[in-house]
Amino acid sequence: MSILINKDTKVITQGITGKTGMFHTSKCREYANGANCFVAGVNPKKAGEEFEGIPIYATVKEAKEAQNATVSVIYVPPAGAAAAIWEACEADLDLAICITEGIPVRDMLMVRNKMKQKVANGGKETLLLGPNCPGLITPDEIKIGIMPGHIHRKGRIGVVSRSGTLTYEAVAQLTEIGLGQSSAVGIGGDPINGLKHIDVMRMFNDDPDTDAVIMIGEIGGPDEAEAAMWCKENMKKPVVGFIAGVTAPAGKRMGHAGALISGGADTADAKLAIMEECGFKVTRDPSEMGKLLKAMI
Amino acid sequence: MKIHEYQAKEILRKFGVVTPKGKACFSVDEAVKAAEELGGNIWVVKAQIHAGGRGKGGGVKIAKTLHEVQARAAEILGMQLVTHQTGPEGQLVRRLLIEEGADIKHEYYVAALTDRATQKVAIMASSEGGMDIEEVAHNTPEKIIKVFVDPLVGLTDAQATELGKGIGVPDGSMAQAVDTFKKLYTCYMETDASLAEINPLILEGNGNIKALDAKFNFDSNALYRQQEIVAYRDLDEEDPDELEASKFDLAYISLDGNIGCLVNGAGLAMATMDTIKLFGAEPANFLDVGGGATTEKVTEAFKIMLKNPKVKGILVNIFGGIMRCDTIAEGVVTAAREVHLSVPLVVRMKGTNEEIGKKILAESGLPIIAADTMAEAATKIVAALK
Repeated sequence: MSILINKDTKVITQGITGKTGMFHTSKCREYANGANCFVAGVNPKKAGEEFEGIPIYATVKEAKEAQNATVSVIYVPPAGAAAAIWEACEADLDLAICITEGIPVRDMLMVRNKMKQKVANGGKETLLLGPNCPGLITPDEIKIGIMPGHIHRKGRIGVVSRSGTLTYEAVAQLTEIGLGQSSAVGIGGDPINGLKHIDVMRMFNDDPDTDAVIMIGEIGGPDEAEAAMWCKENMKKPVVGFIAGVTAPAGKRMGHAGALISGGADTADAKLAIMEECGFKVTRDPSEMGKLLKAMI
Repeated sequence: MKIHEYQAKEILRKFGVVTPKGKACFSVDEAVKAAEELGGNIWVVKAQIHAGGRGKGGGVKIAKTLHEVQARAAEILGMQLVTHQTGPEGQLVRRLLIEEGADIKHEYYVAALTDRATQKVAIMASSEGGMDIEEVAHNTPEKIIKVFVDPLVGLTDAQATELGKGIGVPDGSMAQAVDTFKKLYTCYMETDASLAEINPLILEGNGNIKALDAKFNFDSNALYRQQEIVAYRDLDEEDPDELEASKFDLAYISLDGNIGCLVNGAGLAMATMDTIKLFGAEPANFLDVGGGATTEKVTEAFKIMLKNPKVKGILVNIFGGIMRCDTIAEGVVTAAREVHLSVPLVVRMKGTNEEIGKKILAESGLPIIAADTMAEAATKIVAALK
């Protein structure tokens, strides 16, 4: 087992005809069972055409109905990305994964509130991963996103992070010392996003095939602290924690839109302190995340 | 993106928020002329820089005659204004705002910002205006009132009244305060702001509510659809190196240390800086070359890092995903040759085509120090500086 996706998941690519969408759909199809998982693309102007033999539909709803898909991955450019998320939600998919970086915050605010309103009114909940994220992977089964597949190895460690390359770093360390991953999840670097650390930690906790977790965060926002406090009460598995940005100055956006210190609780030191207090094994040396985890299991 | 106070007030006025009358000036003569045109017998001469804390730093002065306007303007214009936000070197004052005086009976605080936890817009208000809100939040958190606005609904009259009552706006001025809060919210949303702050929002002797000072930040992801806001950009207020880097789509931020670092990915870039610090040195910059680094981009990144005279060594840390290590290695070799690199360079590469990348570096004939882990890379660059 794994969280969110597995080898039988059927995926729609929104923005399949753009440069990024084509490139990564191709790479994802080459990985493990990808050729059977990626079953449809969406582009209203190119409905009826194909990409590498995959049919392209005008809408997510049509693609879902024709191919029994439950998940979509979104490469649509920033100006139209929030609308693409909403389209996935209106089509009642289980999960939408938005890779797009640079979506206006106001657009994300509107779409997140629309998604919550839909659920409050009794509609089906569509989970959102991202935006501005690398996606997620269940090694040897399926990868949905832009991460390099070959560094992963099937196993029993969960990884969750706001940063793409730091996720890869943790995964590579694990693989190198012989520890595989159950799933590796990039939740993205934007201030307004879908699944948060706490949501993914819950899933790893419930997943019988995950034994331990590496949770990676960064400066800005309350998410890591919230997750740590939840874990203190509920988490049954060992967790290694790292927060990037101990050396980041206040008031400066460090690459990611959400990596900004605007108050005391936003700092790496504050988050590391809470995580430690909540029972995580925290480190200030990102080179030893894998080693530390190995020592705990 | 940040803007000046006078520009923030222009925006507020456009949305119907009342501000004192004022005029932006670029010279002492203009300042005197502006005061004459404004009329009255009291003026405020305000330095326009992007940093806060201008009053404490001596950048805001009262003048009671035109002669005093001239004297104060001459003092402030051209000064290196040092505040808690500028750093010790301060910021050169190139613009002034000349404003009519105000009859301040009380100073409030109000701001709109996006709340990450609730995914709503928070409107924050306080009876303790005119002070640093972080201090108020720390010392007297009960004096900050917050309401969370559902963007699908907007700020309701009930919420706006709750804010007004919470900060003690007198009944006679409540309608004006409610109106101001609602206009501030609309303005925040329509301009794609990430912060819209009025501090202080004043109650005048005659009961009127006015925005005496204002500060806006804007979401850089939304600038493509905010041409009027983009026109307010003042490049003189921005770090020249950060500006240069942005032309090449590089995320760069200058820091105070002496080890330059070049990394792909924002999280990994921060983690690299942290590792440098952990092993006893300080990073000179944050630099994320992004996912699509080309040889040209890497070369520009080296040039920008090396412009900083404090840089005594460089650490490159690349996790090759879609971006292959051999591409980066070629970029590093080309860049090192082109800039005649004279400081120690440690390169740590991991991921796709790692072996080919390492071979390119080893065979380049350049004195590049290779490392396998981030910790090893940091140890080696720190040792190389000694």
